[in-house]
This record gives sequence, structure tokens and C-alpha cells, in this order.
Amino acid sequence: MAAVETNEGPAHAVEEDGVRRRDFLNIGAVAFAGVGGAALLYPLVNQMNASADVLALAQIDVDVSAIQPGQAIKTIWRKQPIFIRNLTPAEQASANAVDVSTLRDPQTLAERTKEGHRNWLITLGVCTHLGCVPLGAAEGETRGEYGGYFCPCHGSVYDTAARIRKGPAPRNLEVPEYSFTSATAVRIG
Amino acid sequence: MSFPWAEQYKPKHPLMRWFDDRLPLPRLVYGAVGGGYPVPRNLNYMWNFGVLAGLALTLQIVTGIVLAMHYNSNADTAFNSVEHIMRDVNQGWFLRYAHSNGASFFFIVTYLHIFRGIFYGSYKAPREMVWMLGLVIFLLMMATAFMGYVLPWGQMSFWGAKVITGLFGAIPLVGESVQHWLLGGFAPDQPTLTRFFSLHYLLPFVIAGVIILHIWALHIPGSNNPTGVDVKSPQDTVPFHPYYTAKDGFGAGVAMIFLAIMIFFLPNLLGHPVNYVPANPLSTPSHIVPEWYFWPFYAILRAFTSDFILPAKLWGVLAMFSSILLLFFLPWLDKSPVRSGSYRPMFRIFFWIWIVDVLVLGICGGKPAEEPWVMISEVATAYYFAFFLIILPILSMVERTKPLPNSISESVLHGEAAEAAPADLTGATPAQA
Repeated sequence: MAAVETNEGPAHAVEEDGVRRRDFLNIGAVAFAGVGGAALLYPLVNQMNASADVLALAQIDVDVSAIQPGQAIKTIWRKQPIFIRNLTPAEQASANAVDVSTLRDPQTLAERTKEGHRNWLITLGVCTHLGCVPLGAAEGETRGEYGGYFCPCHGSVYDTAARIRKGPAPRNLEVPEYSFTSATAVRIG
Repeated sequence: MSFPWAEQYKPKHPLMRWFDDRLPLPRLVYGAVGGGYPVPRNLNYMWNFGVLAGLALTLQIVTGIVLAMHYNSNADTAFNSVEHIMRDVNQGWFLRYAHSNGASFFFIVTYLHIFRGIFYGSYKAPREMVWMLGLVIFLLMMATAFMGYVLPWGQMSFWGAKVITGLFGAIPLVGESVQHWLLGGFAPDQPTLTRFFSLHYLLPFVIAGVIILHIWALHIPGSNNPTGVDVKSPQDTVPFHPYYTAKDGFGAGVAMIFLAIMIFFLPNLLGHPVNYVPANPLSTPSHIVPEWYFWPFYAILRAFTSDFILPAKLWGVLAMFSSILLLFFLPWLDKSPVRSGSYRPMFRIFFWIWIVDVLVLGICGGKPAEEPWVMISEVATAYYFAFFLIILPILSMVERTKPLPNSISESVLHGEAAEAAPADLTGATPAQA
């Protein structure tokens, strides 16, 4: 190393491969600043993601004991409406009677409910078209021609398994992650 | 602007030529901070602090905008929203510590920038406007920092707001009305917090605007330099890029290391623990002080303890505001034709005493208002004003300055040995040598 140091000077500024020390320093310095700048971007971007207090409310427990067959309730999970519906045997039968291959988003009722709780249809109340809240969960609201839900914004019609049957929506109403913690208690999220 | 030998912007790429013909923004950048701005070749590291101050403002604006996404300017929830930032928001602790320590960083580099300007006579003709615009920036910075410190709505925030607005209460006749107008009530409360948040968000952009004027005014005569001798020929200058971009880049790297040490290892060193107690209008903390960067001025405020014609309170307030407003007259208080303190043996001594004096005032400002600090503050305040109002005007008349170099390049190439005749003290244009 000492020999290299003493060889410095204009005549030796360009090394044999044509790369000057200054080029190396320049690229090194700018690259270091670039990496530092990119590292600084991470917190500036990430701070807009959901904060810890928002994530802490991402799970709710719901008591469904008071919901009679044929009734539905709306509740709120992650600031979005959730429909919890107690299907009558007739509604389940009508959902099971459909030929799945004819559906836009083919799913059976069994795939959209839990084993042993086939009558409980739990979905997000968010139309998969553009995010309106469909009608049909509250008393007196129209349930559309398939007896499920009807979105008044752009006319999407869902059946008794909340599957898309008609209208512009591309997918069935989303089934959130949930589990029954007892016969009448559901934990969503 | 600047010198006739400045390189013209000649874009090589056709796309840049197309762009430059329609919007000469590349030309503006090239002439302002690129190869088209000739800068004296002998600038030392004290000339880094202007760029560092710009960097600090950028950092404050970026982190501040981000914090404002999470902060809540409601008197009931402001304190908790700051704790929310510290605990819940992703990397919120980093952003807030970067902002609070960034304020200290901003003031440190700005004070060094001001001290540099005073030592090397950068305020003298033809740069008076640069100096005065800089002082406007400094005043805006102080207002912004003060209002920002109120936002967390802790004990220091609340009582700081009360005490600082109380300064305006010292104005005869209208003082109380002015104070109530500033606060939007009889004491700091919701209206105070909301307006301070609004202004704290606005003023940094006003500062950015005045900085543009500051740089514009600077680029007309060009930068001063450690000899204070005017640029005379192309040999005296080098292009800003790459010479000073590289030098400023190195300085920025060193400064960022210090800032990172503060943010990551000593984030609360410069803060006050009592500001982590929510604001309580019924209980004043036992020892209230402003942030460290206001301490010298706070010491001047408290140095006046007895009524003399006017009430002591009014004297303190007048002295505190005068200590800054006085600086606007500095170009006319110091009429010495030699700019740089390096060639002014007497000035240099009094300058360094003044620096120590400001530091002593700073220490006194951070101490409780009791002896011996009050007495030391009084002596230090007396020297502060004497330096500007008595010493500098007298020095301008009696000081025998050292010989100035004929040119910047001569001073660089031949050192002190080849210096020429003494400065022209008969009243010719300053530092022409």
C-alpha cells in the first residue's frame, strides 16, 4: 500500500485500466448518498401504512345468538360493514340448487360457510363492483330477484349465498376470515 | 449574474436543448448551483453552513408534512396524538425525533452561518441585502420554532406559549389587547393551538421564499471569501459544480452523522422531560426555559430586573428584540473597509470575546433566574450591546489592519509572504486592496 501512495501524481492519475481513483470516489460517494436517500424514503412511505392502533382493532367478536333464521345484521369490522345472515333452510336449498358452473365466480355455499354452521353466511357488505353497501341485510330492504343482496349503485344482484348473479360486479361478496369461538359467538379477523 | 467569465449553459443532449428552449429551468439551475456559478476558490469549511441550513429546512418540511398527517391540533387530543405518533405510527418515533432534533440542527448551522458572516464581514457592501434577508429568515425561523414547540401541548408548550405571548403584554397601553389577540383568549387554549399549527405549517414555505431572495441577492456580487478581497479575475474562482458541490456534499455527510447520533442515541438530550406531561393551566413547572436556541435572548430578557424610567419588564422585552433588530444595522455600525476578521487584529479579539459572551448568555438563559446567573447575564448583555454600538464603530476608525493580499489567487498560491500594501483606510471601496 505504501508504494501505491508514493506513486500518486498527475502521471499516475489514470490507472492501467483507464479508471481514475476519482471516478471510483465519485461513484462510491454518489452511490452511498443514493442508498442513504432510499433508506430515508422507507419511513416516509411506511408511515402512511396502517398504524399499530388501527391494526389492534382488526379483530372483533360478535354475539349472533339473537339473529333469527331469515334475519341479518350489519356490524363493522376494520371500518367496513359486515353482513351476518342466518339463512333459512329454504334459502340454503335455493343456494345449493344452482349449477355452480353457470356462475361468474363459481363457489358453493359450503365453500362460503363453515362446517357445522352452514346457516351462517358472513360476508363483507362491500359490493365487489365499486364498493357501495348492498341492500338486503336490514329489515325492509330489497333483497333483489335472487333473494340475497341488491346493490343500488349499479344494479349488482347477489343470491342467498351472496354470489354475484347479475350486474357489473366481478366477484361474490367477500367472505372474511372468521371462526366460531362457541355456538353463538364469531371472531372475525 | 455574477462574473462575465461564468460558463454559459450549453446542453449537449437534444432533449435538454428542446426543454431549455421552452423552459430555461436547467439554465437556472446550472447558473445557480452548477458549473455556471463561479465561486472564490479559497472558501473554507465555514462556507458549508448555508447549504446545510437549506438541507435542514428541507428535512424539517419533509418530516413536518409527514407528522401533520398524524398530528391532531385539538387541545384535548394534541398531546395524545403526539404519543400516538411515538408509539403507533410506523417509524413515527423516528420522524418526530428527526423533526425535533432537526430544529436544533437547523439552529446550530444557522448560528454558525451567522458567526461566519460576522467574522468575515459578509454583511458589508455590496452584500447588505443578503445579510438583512438572512436576518428575516432567522426571525421567521424563531417564530416557526416557537410555535412548533407549542404543538405537543405539554407543560413546556403551554407555559412557553403563555410566557412568550406575555412578552407582547409588556407593550404600553395596547400590550394586553395584543396578547389576547395572539392567543385568541385570555390564556393559551384551543384557538391558540389551532392558529399556531396553521402558522407553523405556513411559515417554512415563507422561509423557503425568502431563501430564494437571499440566494438571488447573494449571486449578484457572488460569495464573500476568507480574505474578504473581491474576486478580480477568472483565476480567483472555480465553478460551483463540481468543486463546491463536492465540498458541501462532504460537509453534509459529516453533519448528517452528528444529526443521526442525536436522533438515534440522544433524541431527548436537548428537550425538556416536563414537556412529556400534558399541559395543565393550573400548575406552572418549577423551572421553565425555552429551547436552547433561544437561551441567549432569554438571558437578555431576564437581565433587566429594576425599573428605570420604564418598567423592568418593558426594558427586558425591548432589549431582547433590539438584540436581533440591532443586527440589521450592522453593515452601517461597522464601517471598516476591511471585510475579513483575519486582517483585523483588534476586531478579531473583540469578536471572539463576543462569541464567548453569546455562549455565556446561552448558559445563563438556561439557568434559573437566580444569582449568580442574573448578574452574569447583566454583564454579558452589556458587552453584547457594547460590541455592536461602541466597539465596532470605534474599531472602524482606529484599527490598524494587516496588509491584504492583492488577490484571492495570490493569497492561495503564495500564502501570507507575498501580501501587498496595507488596506486603503482613506475611505475607498471596501477591501479592494
